Amino acid sequence: MPRIGVFVCQCGNNIEATVDTQKVADETKKLPGVVHTESYKFMCSSPGQDSFKKAIKDNKLDGVVVSACSPHMHEKTFRRAAEAAGLNQFQCEITNVREQCSWVHHDETRKIGTDKTMDLTRMTIQRLKKNRDLTKITIPVTKRALVIGGGIAGIQAALDIADGGQEVVIVEKEPSIGGNMARLSETFPTMDCSQCILTPKMVEAELHDKISLYTYSEVEKVDGYIGNFSVTIKKKAKFVDESTCTGCGECWEKCPFKADSEFELGLSKRKVIYTPFPQAVPNIPVIDKTRCPKILKDKCGLCAKVCGPQSIDFTQEDQLVTEEFGAIVVATGYELMPNKDFGEYGYGKITDVISGMQFERLASASGPTGGAIRRPSDNTEPKNVVFIQCAGSRDEKRGVSYCSKICCMYTAKHTMLYRHKVHDGQAYVFYMDIRSGGKRYEEFVRGAIEHDGAMYLRGRVSRVYEKDGKVIIQGADTLSGSQVEIEADMVVLATALVSRPGADTVAQTLGIGYDKYKFYNEYHPKLKPVETVTAGIFLAGTCVGPMDIPESVSQGSATASKVLALFSSDKMAREPITAEVNKQTCNACWDCVTSCPYVAIEKEEIKDRKGNVVNMLAHVNDGLCQGCGVCVCACRSKAIDLNGYTDEQVYAAIATF
Amino acid sequence: MPEEAKIETEGVFEPKIMAFVCNWCTYAGADLAGTSRMEYRPNVRIIKLPCTGRIDPLFIMKAFENGADGVLVSGCHPGDCHYTTGNYHARRRWTAFKDLLAFTGIDLKRVQFSWVSASEAIKWVELINNVTDDMEALGPFMKFKEMNKKGPNQG
Repeated sequence: MPRIGVFVCQCGNNIEATVDTQKVADETKKLPGVVHTESYKFMCSSPGQDSFKKAIKDNKLDGVVVSACSPHMHEKTFRRAAEAAGLNQFQCEITNVREQCSWVHHDETRKIGTDKTMDLTRMTIQRLKKNRDLTKITIPVTKRALVIGGGIAGIQAALDIADGGQEVVIVEKEPSIGGNMARLSETFPTMDCSQCILTPKMVEAELHDKISLYTYSEVEKVDGYIGNFSVTIKKKAKFVDESTCTGCGECWEKCPFKADSEFELGLSKRKVIYTPFPQAVPNIPVIDKTRCPKILKDKCGLCAKVCGPQSIDFTQEDQLVTEEFGAIVVATGYELMPNKDFGEYGYGKITDVISGMQFERLASASGPTGGAIRRPSDNTEPKNVVFIQCAGSRDEKRGVSYCSKICCMYTAKHTMLYRHKVHDGQAYVFYMDIRSGGKRYEEFVRGAIEHDGAMYLRGRVSRVYEKDGKVIIQGADTLSGSQVEIEADMVVLATALVSRPGADTVAQTLGIGYDKYKFYNEYHPKLKPVETVTAGIFLAGTCVGPMDIPESVSQGSATASKVLALFSSDKMAREPITAEVNKQTCNACWDCVTSCPYVAIEKEEIKDRKGNVVNMLAHVNDGLCQGCGVCVCACRSKAIDLNGYTDEQVYAAIATF
Repeated sequence: MPEEAKIETEGVFEPKIMAFVCNWCTYAGADLAGTSRMEYRPNVRIIKLPCTGRIDPLFIMKAFENGADGVLVSGCHPGDCHYTTGNYHARRRWTAFKDLLAFTGIDLKRVQFSWVSASEAIKWVELINNVTDDMEALGPFMKFKEMNKKGPNQG
């Protein structure tokens, strides 16, 4: 016969007001197996817990029910106390009689609340009788982190983890780390030169003895679970031996073939053997195999001839490496909405309609014009520039209903940069609303308007077309209630931030969730903003949604603190709420394998003494199983059960209903 | 069976409703209704499971067998499942189970399926009130109770 104790909490007056807790205690005492009951004012208080522990010891209880607030509140508290009193903590169950009873049934006679509390408590007691002792699962932790994406968020995460003494690998798909921030000219609201503050961090990441850079590489496959990920990384062929290349630049000087530069967003050309930008980290070129005549038709090969250390290797092939990691930080960043989506703004058709990012390159000292503002069509200095905000953002017809968050700020910055470089130029800004929330952000926008003379027009642009070498903008100024037509030399669109193409594939590879815009889902948007539902995988930066540099950096550091906490011990413990297979009844139909969202069920080979495989059975990997229980219901032979929520427990609760 | 829940008062029919809810969305939504001090009908007894994907159709049959007049199943909204896809499994299972349920002669209105997120306390309150009203309108579920009285092999 079990020896069960029932503790009914009054929660001050929170429960007591609508539930007669003493009556509940007295009535439950009559139930079979219940040897001790009590009602107490505050069970969770320290005297409450002391009497709880004392009752367990004095009455030699082997199971306890606490009828109190929601288990989401104090389940941990009471389980810990039960354990301290020598009980297995999974022999402690909570009945929710506050949030789901006393607070929602305002019956002054206390009959409704008392009856319901007795019902619920009885159900918990019956369930408890079927509880089994469970022990927390401990799993070893590989103290090595993978950071996917070498933009500012990824770099920050890697640096912080490495400074915490743990090894990090950064996987970056471009030939250099740096990401979108490397493209920016100056940053709001301080007007720091972006490269001046970013490149030292890039170099630090390269030189850090705990950080390895895998550039021009992509994650192909992720297996395993928290503490024990096994990741296959594709290192794309660079056709350059990284160990011997000195980055002297002789090869790309001599290469006779050119292509549009991706880094410069088509505003200038690069060679076919190239580094994306002069401060690239690592400063090792790659050969664009889709354009190199040596690779395509075995002609040229000039770069190999001029290379002093003989680093060029046209026979190199993509390489797959599989490495072990304990945690993964996803920092894959964003892209701008492609220009084909802006027919009415002439983007893609009119040469002098450019994106905000292209303007960054024009304004950048390392950009194609050396920092001089020149319009792309004839390389002259534009005297009137129109900036159009919310190009794609907050526009459901284009599939983006969100605000891209950074455009108000960078457009204000653009008007300033423009004025500082073209003193007699006039900037016009068409906007919907100015959203400048952030430290010193509003003052910054006011500065653009009041100090640098940008003309802000509240309204939308209806049409942009070309006439006599000018770009004509027709739009509305809703504040004056009039139509405006501006003859401009150049138009800059603040195009929406969107997720990277293939972001969904990456999410599927990792087993994390994403929303309809293919931005990644946080575990909880407020309280767990850098965690994902998959334990051990964290998120940083704009792969989650639009954000500015300070936020991305904060998130990078936040993920690092999560990773370091995970790596702080050799083994980690987790709740033993996992599925378990009964090997006697499993008939290997594999319905569980197909239903498991975590790929946690493996096909285990059963061998005889000679090593021949005689049978195959399902086996649950405790590290991967998250305890959802989908497999339990999928199993035809009822061979799987979920610890903590077994069929027996559930049926026991139903039976006393 | 230990003493049956006595919700019935002075001849007024008070339906007994069993709710199977997931831990992450609906259970938290029901908690929120409490924290917000909302009020709803007291006829529901909740059984918490990690996920609606853990709900075996047999749970529903067992609930009826043990005297439920109605059963409610509620979890995270499609796409919001804590375990990514558990609620899709539940939904698919329900589609198949529905026909069997109709075959056994149980009015399909006695089993209700809903999505209530952790922030939808109001939806939870309305759901419970509506389900209680519905069960009241349907009257007590006597089929299994009569069978239970007759004992095995006689129904």
